Amino acid sequence: MDRKLIGKRVVRNEDPRLLTGHAQFVDDVHLPGMLHAAFLRSEYAHARLLKVDVSKARQHPGVVAVFTAEDMGKDWFPGPPLVSPPPTVKDVVFHSRRQVPLAKDKIRHAGEAIAVVIAESRYIAEDAVEEIEVEYEPLPVVLDLEQALQPDSPLVHDDLESNLAARLSQKKGDYEAARRQADVIVKRRIVIERGAAAAMENRGIVAHWDAQSEHLTIWDTTQAPIPIRNGTAARLGLSEHQVRVIAPFIGGGFGPKIMMFYPEEMVIPWAAKQLNRPVKWIEDRRENFYATTQERGQIHDVEMALSRDGRVLGLKDDFLHDTGAYDPYGLTIPLNTQSHNMGGYDIRNYSSEFKVVFTNRIIATPVRGAGRPHGIFVIERMMDAAARELGMDPIELRKRNLIPPDAFPYEHQIIDQAFAPLILDSGNYKAVVDKALEIIGYEKFIKEEQPRLRREGKYVGIGVVPFIETTGVGPYEGARVTVEASGKVNVTTGIGTQGQGHFTSFAQIVAEQLGVKVSDVRIVTGDTSEFHWGTGTFASRGAVVAGSAVHAAAKSVRQKVLKLASKVLEAPEEELELEDGAVRVADIPQKSISLGELAVLANPLRGAVEPGTEPGLESTSYYGPQYGATAFGTHAMILEVDPQTMMIKIRRYVVAEDCGTVLNPLILEGQIHGGVSMGLGNAYYEKLHVDENGQLLNASFADYLLVSSTEMPRIEVAHLETPSPLNELGAKGVGEAGAIPVPALFAQALENAFYDRKLEVLEMPLSPNRLFELLREAQENEKSV
Amino acid sequence: MPTTFDLTITVNGTRYERSVEPRTLLSDFLRHNLGLTGTHVGCEHGVCGACSVLMDGQPVRSCLMFAVQAHGHEITTVEGLGTRDELHPIQQAFQEAHGLQCGFCTPGILTTVKAFLEQNPNPSEEEIREALSGNLCRCTGYQHIIEAVELAAEKMRG
Repeated sequence: MDRKLIGKRVVRNEDPRLLTGHAQFVDDVHLPGMLHAAFLRSEYAHARLLKVDVSKARQHPGVVAVFTAEDMGKDWFPGPPLVSPPPTVKDVVFHSRRQVPLAKDKIRHAGEAIAVVIAESRYIAEDAVEEIEVEYEPLPVVLDLEQALQPDSPLVHDDLESNLAARLSQKKGDYEAARRQADVIVKRRIVIERGAAAAMENRGIVAHWDAQSEHLTIWDTTQAPIPIRNGTAARLGLSEHQVRVIAPFIGGGFGPKIMMFYPEEMVIPWAAKQLNRPVKWIEDRRENFYATTQERGQIHDVEMALSRDGRVLGLKDDFLHDTGAYDPYGLTIPLNTQSHNMGGYDIRNYSSEFKVVFTNRIIATPVRGAGRPHGIFVIERMMDAAARELGMDPIELRKRNLIPPDAFPYEHQIIDQAFAPLILDSGNYKAVVDKALEIIGYEKFIKEEQPRLRREGKYVGIGVVPFIETTGVGPYEGARVTVEASGKVNVTTGIGTQGQGHFTSFAQIVAEQLGVKVSDVRIVTGDTSEFHWGTGTFASRGAVVAGSAVHAAAKSVRQKVLKLASKVLEAPEEELELEDGAVRVADIPQKSISLGELAVLANPLRGAVEPGTEPGLESTSYYGPQYGATAFGTHAMILEVDPQTMMIKIRRYVVAEDCGTVLNPLILEGQIHGGVSMGLGNAYYEKLHVDENGQLLNASFADYLLVSSTEMPRIEVAHLETPSPLNELGAKGVGEAGAIPVPALFAQALENAFYDRKLEVLEMPLSPNRLFELLREAQENEKSV
Repeated sequence: MPTTFDLTITVNGTRYERSVEPRTLLSDFLRHNLGLTGTHVGCEHGVCGACSVLMDGQPVRSCLMFAVQAHGHEITTVEGLGTRDELHPIQQAFQEAHGLQCGFCTPGILTTVKAFLEQNPNPSEEEIREALSGNLCRCTGYQHIIEAVELAAEKMRG
């Protein structure tokens, strides 16, 4: 199909509202009589909760209520399991332990909510929190993943035999046989630590119970309004139709805003109903560091078996995954790691077992990348180690193992995070790698520039890392497209939106089908009263899954338009075209009717219609893929390190990306730039420093360093398009792609900058200090050899 | 009853007289007392810059100031730039260059850029990066923001 709007750099429909300060975020909701909540959070990471005395706080002027776990009575019970363990894998172990609304008896992470104060203002609520007296009995803290599994470790959950939350093995082919045939075995231990998602908007929730109509309205900074609606109804014993959840404009999600249910999401709507007054809670930044979920903690023991000529015969990766104090999000993250461990390579023998470990830290749930960066870090670090061992160019080693274009769909014979078979649907991987190499000038850099720079005393290295990203997973999303009497089009979908440009990319899809202006298509997301089937925005699936549902609904409306217009204009459908908001007979422009007039005709107020007629120019469609579409990309960078200060400067950064059909290159590039900036944070700036008591030492933006405008390089982006055969748009997701390969790329470029210093990077994140230590260790090792 | 202070303040050209508690933050005052919710609060400790507004034309962190400290001063918030139908050239440039995604940090960036371009109408990329270094954005990686500022400078030079 000749595409007029899809693939164009269309500016965003939503921007004028955001640019003028008129877009509604959760903290902008103001209701008459609204109360404000503040939580008392545990000072200890692991403790018995002996006594919570709220009597003084209750007396504080302006305080309306103080609730503890005890006060919730029978309404106190844990949150629902968000994702269940995979049913199709044998011998899976999974102990489900879910977070609770307010801690009772025991504290399992610093910052766990103990009590909530509800007052006439947030200022008063915070004052009164200070007046709550708590008696704790501190317990030894569980932090280290390996020690946590020792028989003598203290237990996060006393009713379990150990801190093992889950265990799962997957195998493809026969790794042991591959190992026996191998010429070279490379073994490494790889450690990845946690970071914060740090969306600029903290979490927040406003709940309003209308006792007369018996309706509960909730504004929530969630990526998944429909599951929150369903779960809230279940918790409060209401019909799903009595609960409306609105996720208005959301100031960045990046994963943690799809965790369900946060304690505050269980407490605030309940409290609003108890008090019969609207209640607002807005998280502050410090709380965000202590109470919003995080990700990335894993320890890998990896082995790669290769032939002398550089064929990867097999890969074995046994790893530990830190789930924190509870595991409501099931096995999503470690399954993602397990299914990205082979990258875009044709590896026939694979064995991986992971153990999920309870610790006294905030719950781990997906953060942009969601286990994928770990998998890519592991395979790409191993590729570099193997290239050194074999004395082979690292790019050549990778090219020898890439999945060839004729091997798709490529079945990995394991399951992915959606419990669907891991099948890479399509791609042309080598072309993408070559594109990145060409743009960055790999050969020239290695042969000419690097030696010249080194002669000038400069430490400059290059990195090139390919990666896959499984995207667009099920189960499904839906959309309803309606042509209104004004001729404008309204589209509703169940997913939430957090800056991805859905108001524009979905409008482009609809405008393409219906021949209207993009600005005449109004998109509604994240309001359960507008559309109430669906799951949410996660796993880089918005454009693919919801986008495909929008596409299907728009096509169906187009059929209705053509059918009706054919009757009205007395012309066959094949001769009709949809242009400029009207249907006209091709070659006879005066014979036309506007979409608005057709919409009125499709919804008559009087008269008879044919049996079976559906009113209006409206259609609802759903899309659910059997398995996800897999994107591919290659990042390349040239990195300069000051050997005195270990400060870095990125001289070039190139992204070659194949995410199938590009809907809007402007939005796509924005997604990639943002992903890269988060990836650079994960590589060199963002580390959560936790002391031996489980206390976070850098819970502020002054100490936890996000990448700012002075660290970010200019990014050069190239697109290649291998449309996915799984959906009509040919789309693959891209939301997380930018972040995934960056730590692996950064490590490679660092090693390359110090190519004569035997530096090996097997951990993330680094920092200037840590790089200095690693270089000193490398130097000492060299001396002792 | 807590002590209150009679505050006179001009915001976006409108004069307001309000009685406030001395501890009321300027950010809370603007958002919750005046209902100007365009100014956003991202960290409450003066690092992220989302709450930046102009006081007498100079950028300040409204989360680090008490409302009473703005007594007698003129404040400009994002609502004081352009309107939805008639965007300020900086706002236009941010739309054209896709200089925002979730839009939460954007109001603080727009006010910062307004003061910056008034002082430096023809900035280099380095100067733009420096000027933006006090505003955190988690979505864009800054590249489109920098391009938006370049475009805005061009538009404002005419």
